[in-house]
Amino acid sequence: MIKDQDFLKAKAVHCLDVAKKIGATNASVTIGHSISETVNFRNNNLDESNRSDGLAFSIDTYIGKKKSSISSSNLLDQNLNTLIEKCYETTKITPEDEFNSLPDQNLLADSLKNLNIYDDTHIENDKKIDYLKELESTASEDKKIVNTESSFTEKKTNFILANSDGFCSGYKTSSFTASCVAVAKDEKSMERDYEYSSKRYLDDIKDPKSLGKIASHQTIRKLSPKKIGSEKLSVIFDKRIAKGMLSAFASAISSSAIARGTSFLKDQLNEKIFSNSINIIDKPDIIKGLGSRNFDSEGVKSETINLVKEGVLKSYLVDSYNGRKLNLKSNGRSGGTTNLYFENGNQSYDELLKMNSKCIYITETIGHGSNLVTGDYSVGATGFLVENGQFKYPINEITIAGNFNDMFKRIFLANDLDFEYSTNSPTMMIEGMTVAGK
Amino acid sequence: MSNFFNKSDLVRKDAENIVSDTLKNCDDGELYLEDSKSESIVLDDNKIKSSNYSSDLGFGFRAVSEEVVAYSYSNEISKDSLKSSAENLRSTLKSIKGAYNNEIPTSNKKFYNDINPIEQKTLNSKLEVLNKVNEYLRKKDGAVKQVTANFLGEHKSIEIIRSGGEAITDVRPLIRFNVSVMLEKDGRKETGVYGIGGRQSYDDYLQNDNWKSVCEEAFRIASVNLESKPAPAGEMKVVLGPGWPAILIHEAIGHGLEGDFNRKKTSAFYNLMGQKVASEGVTIVDDGTIDNRRGSLTIDDEGTPTERTVLIENGILKNFMQDRLNARLMKTRSTGSGRRENYRHVVLPRMRNTMMLSGKQTQDEMIKSVDKGIFAVSFGGGQVDITSGKFVFNCTEAYEIIGGKIGSPIKGATLIGDGPSILKEVSMVGNDMMLDPGIGTCGKAGQGVPVGVAQPSILIDKMTVGGTKL
Repeated sequence: MIKDQDFLKAKAVHCLDVAKKIGATNASVTIGHSISETVNFRNNNLDESNRSDGLAFSIDTYIGKKKSSISSSNLLDQNLNTLIEKCYETTKITPEDEFNSLPDQNLLADSLKNLNIYDDTHIENDKKIDYLKELESTASEDKKIVNTESSFTEKKTNFILANSDGFCSGYKTSSFTASCVAVAKDEKSMERDYEYSSKRYLDDIKDPKSLGKIASHQTIRKLSPKKIGSEKLSVIFDKRIAKGMLSAFASAISSSAIARGTSFLKDQLNEKIFSNSINIIDKPDIIKGLGSRNFDSEGVKSETINLVKEGVLKSYLVDSYNGRKLNLKSNGRSGGTTNLYFENGNQSYDELLKMNSKCIYITETIGHGSNLVTGDYSVGATGFLVENGQFKYPINEITIAGNFNDMFKRIFLANDLDFEYSTNSPTMMIEGMTVAGK
Repeated sequence: MSNFFNKSDLVRKDAENIVSDTLKNCDDGELYLEDSKSESIVLDDNKIKSSNYSSDLGFGFRAVSEEVVAYSYSNEISKDSLKSSAENLRSTLKSIKGAYNNEIPTSNKKFYNDINPIEQKTLNSKLEVLNKVNEYLRKKDGAVKQVTANFLGEHKSIEIIRSGGEAITDVRPLIRFNVSVMLEKDGRKETGVYGIGGRQSYDDYLQNDNWKSVCEEAFRIASVNLESKPAPAGEMKVVLGPGWPAILIHEAIGHGLEGDFNRKKTSAFYNLMGQKVASEGVTIVDDGTIDNRRGSLTIDDEGTPTERTVLIENGILKNFMQDRLNARLMKTRSTGSGRRENYRHVVLPRMRNTMMLSGKQTQDEMIKSVDKGIFAVSFGGGQVDITSGKFVFNCTEAYEIIGGKIGSPIKGATLIGDGPSILKEVSMVGNDMMLDPGIGTCGKAGQGVPVGVAQPSILIDKMTVGGTKL
C-alpha cells in the first residue's frame, strides 16, 4: 500500500525539527513514496515481472544565504538525523549565494484543486497478463511481425513537501501505462516501431486490441525503406515527434538557461520568435492531465501561462533562484513545464500533407542533435516520402537539419491536437529544412 | 565493505535461507544488496551552485525460470521486506521446475582499489579547485562568458548472495571532473566541454594542476567552434580521430552485439555469427579488465568476473556479450557483461570498455587520401535503432577536408550510418589507438551505466553527414 499523508508528514516534520535544532536558519524537505508494478510479455508469453517499492527523502538546509542538499532512500530516523547533520556541516563551509533562499511566501500554493490525478484502482498482475495476452495476439496476427514486446505498468506515488516557512502539502498521483514494441521483417529489412497509452485512470487506457493493431500497422509500413537524395524539403513531424520541438523550446526558455546566458532565446522576451498563428500554452490544471499539478517542486503555485501569443514570446519558465537573478517572480515552474501544448493550427491534417507537392513525413528521430546555445538542430530520421498528399514509400538513414530561429518562424500546424502526453503538439510542418541522404 | 546485516532485524543466515528457499526450483537468480554514496559539487555562473550528497541503500531480489524474470526491489533491508519480495517472486513464477546452476566462475584479480574518493578529498579543497577553474578561464580570455565545472564522486558497495549461500562482494569507486565553457564573440556563442575520470581518487586525476589542461581543452573546442561554418549535407568520406569518437563503435556495433537482442533476434546482427561484418584489419574487443577505467569491473552485477571479450576479429564476428540468462538460453557462457544501474533494476548484457584495436596506417595518410569529406575529432553523444541498424552521433568538433588537406571547422552536425555495413566501409585503420578520457555513460532500457571506448583514427568511405549546406 502506498504510504499515507500522515506517515510522510510526520517524517517531514521530524526532519525540519532536527535541521532547526542543530542550527539551520531554514530548510525544505521532500518525502516521497512510490510503488510500481510492471508485467512484461514477449511473443505472447510472460517475460518479466517487476515490483518496486521505494521511499525517497531530500533536504535543503540553509544558513543565511548558504545552502546545501542531501538525499537518501533510507528513512530510518537515525539515518535521517546523521544525514541532516552532515548536510548542515557541509552548508557551513559552502560559500554564500545572495540568491539562495526559500520561495517567496506569498507565491506558495494555499489550496489544492482536485485535479483527478489519482485513481485508487489496483489492477492485479493476472489482469495485466490478460490485457497483454489480448494485445500481443492482435499485434502478432500478421506474419510479417516476428517479435513483440509489451508491458503494463501501474504506478502510485505520494509525497509531502514541507519547508520551515510553514508550507506543508502533497498529494497522491497514479499512472497506468501499456506499451507494445513490434519488430517486422521482410527479405530486405527488419524494422521496429511502437505504440503506447499512458493515463491517470485505469479505465482510460486504450483497449488492448487497438493498441496492438496500431503497433503492428506502424511497424509493417516501415518495411523495405529507401534512402533519398539530399535536398531542401518541407518536413512534416508526426505528433509523437512534433512534441519534441516544444520540449526544446521549453528548455531554451527555462530561467536557468536564460540567467546563465546559454540559450538562443536569451533577450527574446516580447519578441516575435514564431509566425503570427502560433500560440503556446502551459496549463497545470487539466483534469486527469499527465502533467497536471497544484504546485512546483518548491511549493510555488502553478497557474496557466500563455508562453507564446501570436508568435511573440511572453514569458520564461521561472523558478525562485533564477527568478531572483533575473529580477522576475517565480511562476511555479521549478522542475519544468506542466501540460505544455501548441494550440491547433488552421488546416486539417490532409491539407497539411497537400501543402507541398513533395515533402517527407517523419515518425522517428534519433540522436541528441539540438544545440540550445546556438539553436542548431541536426538529427537522424525515419519516415515516409509524401507526394501530392499521398504516402509513397518508407525512408530511412537520412538526417534533417536547420536552426530553431528559422525553423520556429516556418512552423505550420494542423488542427488535430489531443492530450495523449504531458507535452502535446498537433501534426507539424516546417518548411525549408535540409534533408541529407544519398 | 558495507555490512548489510547490522542495520536491521535481518541477519545473514535468514537472508541466505530466504534466498535458497525462493530460488529452489529456479534456473537462476540472486539477492543483490547495494550501499552507495555519491556527491555532486557544481560551480556555475561564478558561484558554487550546488553541493549534493546522496546515500542509497537497498536490495533487488531476482528469480529466473526459463525465459521469465521475476524481480522485486525495496530500499528497506529487513526480514519483512525481503519476505514480501520473495512472496512477490513466487506469485509470478507459479509452476517452475528448473535446476539452479550453482556454478559461478571466480577470480582473485581486482581492477581498482577499495577507496572512497568522496572522503579522500575535503570539500574545501574541491571548492578551491572549482574556484580556480572559474578564475583561470575568465582571466584567460574576455570572450569567456560562462564557466561550469563539477565534481561527481561515487562509492558503491555491493554483495551478491546466491542460492546455497555463496556471497560475492565488490567495492567500486568512480569519479568524474568536467569543465564546460561558453565563449561569445561578435554576437556568436559556442560551448566547449571536456572531462576526465575513472575508478581512482580525484587527486590521481588532478595531480600537477591537471585541471588546467582540462580547462584548456574545453576552451580550445569552444574557440574552434566560434570559427565554424555550416556543415555540408550528403554522403561523403569521413575520417574519425582516435579516442572518444569510438562511441561510433559503441553505437553502430556494440549494442547490436549484446546477447539479449540476439537471443530475441531483434538485432540486425543475430544471424551473422562467424560471418564477415567488417573490413579486414578491423578487430573490436569489449574489455572489463583494464585497470581503473570507467567501464572496468572486477565482477559484473551477477558476480561473474569480467574479461576481455573479442567481438570482431579481423572482420569476422566472433562473440556476443552475455549475462547469465541470455548465455544459458543461447547455450554459451556469460562474458561477465551482466550489468545494472543500481538495485532498482534488472541485469542486462551491457558493454564495458569497447575498443577497436590499432592497425597500420597513419592519420596523415587518411586525410591525404580524401578529396572531399570531413574530419571528426570529438562527439557529443550517439544513439542506435538496434533493429534497423541505423545509428547516429553528433560531432562537437569537426573540420572539412578539401583536396587532402584539413580546412575550416564546421558546425556540429549529426552523422548517420548503418551498423551492419559501416565497418565494411572502413578502408584504413590507424596506428594510434587511444582510450577516451573517462566520461562515457551508456543508456539502455532506462538504465545508465559507466562505460569506456577506444579506437585509432579510421577512414570511413561513405557516411551521411547531416549538415545544412547542400
